[in-house]
Amino acid sequence: MKTLEDLKRVREEAIKAMKVREGEQRVKVTVAMGTCGIAAGARETMSALLDELNKRGITDVTVTQTGCKGLCEQEPLVEVTIAGSETVSYGKIDAEKARRIVAEHIVNGHVVGDYVITR
Amino acid sequence: MREISLHILDIAENAIRAGASRIGIEVEADRQADTLTVTVRDDGCGMPPEILAGVKDPFVTTRTERRVGLGLPLLAANCEATGGSLDVQSRPGGGTTVKAMFGLSHIDRPPVGALHETIRALAAGNEDRRITLRVRSEKGGFEFDSDTVKAALDGVPLSSPPVAEWLKEHLREGIAGALDLD
Repeated sequence: MKTLEDLKRVREEAIKAMKVREGEQRVKVTVAMGTCGIAAGARETMSALLDELNKRGITDVTVTQTGCKGLCEQEPLVEVTIAGSETVSYGKIDAEKARRIVAEHIVNGHVVGDYVITR
Repeated sequence: MREISLHILDIAENAIRAGASRIGIEVEADRQADTLTVTVRDDGCGMPPEILAGVKDPFVTTRTERRVGLGLPLLAANCEATGGSLDVQSRPGGGTTVKAMFGLSHIDRPPVGALHETIRALAAGNEDRRITLRVRSEKGGFEFDSDTVKAALDGVPLSSPPVAEWLKEHLREGIAGALDLD
């Protein structure tokens, strides 16, 4: 079982990785978690984001959540804000699309035009 | 909602919107009584009687973004389809307690689903709140408190990817050891 002892080791790893990047949180990712988002698969989207970031060893990203944005037909909704850039809103993001956003937008800095929504 | 754990996420999100700083989730399976009981308690702003009276009505909502509120009505329908019931207690300033009871062996009971993913999404996505989980069945018990984890992390965020991975495994193993249900 993953115990609190293991967690201390995980903590050391996280701190080391954060130091390499000078502890700055470069990117903020927000997943909408209203009833509409959850029913459309937002939890799986959030899990895919967290898992993909871990797989790639990316630690300068904060993943957070918000409620319904009133764009229920576009759920699951994901917003990506890279420090110094405007927030990009993505619609209908399933787990696979979430992994693509991590690879293309968060790692390489290219907005994934196919999934962008405008209000 | 396909899973009871998605309902739990949904009800907990209501609590977050109600400004709760503490959300306590309990899941208890009782084979003798043939019930599966899910309780979500929060210390949020609570609801006045006129809103509370309409919580199971899909056309009653406090939201302004849209005119329907489906979370609790869907949960009530799912409970009632298994011979169970939904009970909501709330008062302004006194928090809210949602208690959903399902018929454990009823064929229409949704699976519990990925409860570990629900708790991880809540804890990692809401660093500033205390999320607790208590699971009990004849198989055993499991308790989780996000504050205990935060204390051990000493400033490292819960959503930090290696920590999020630890959370997922810790919760998955703990819940699996305490609940032998679909």
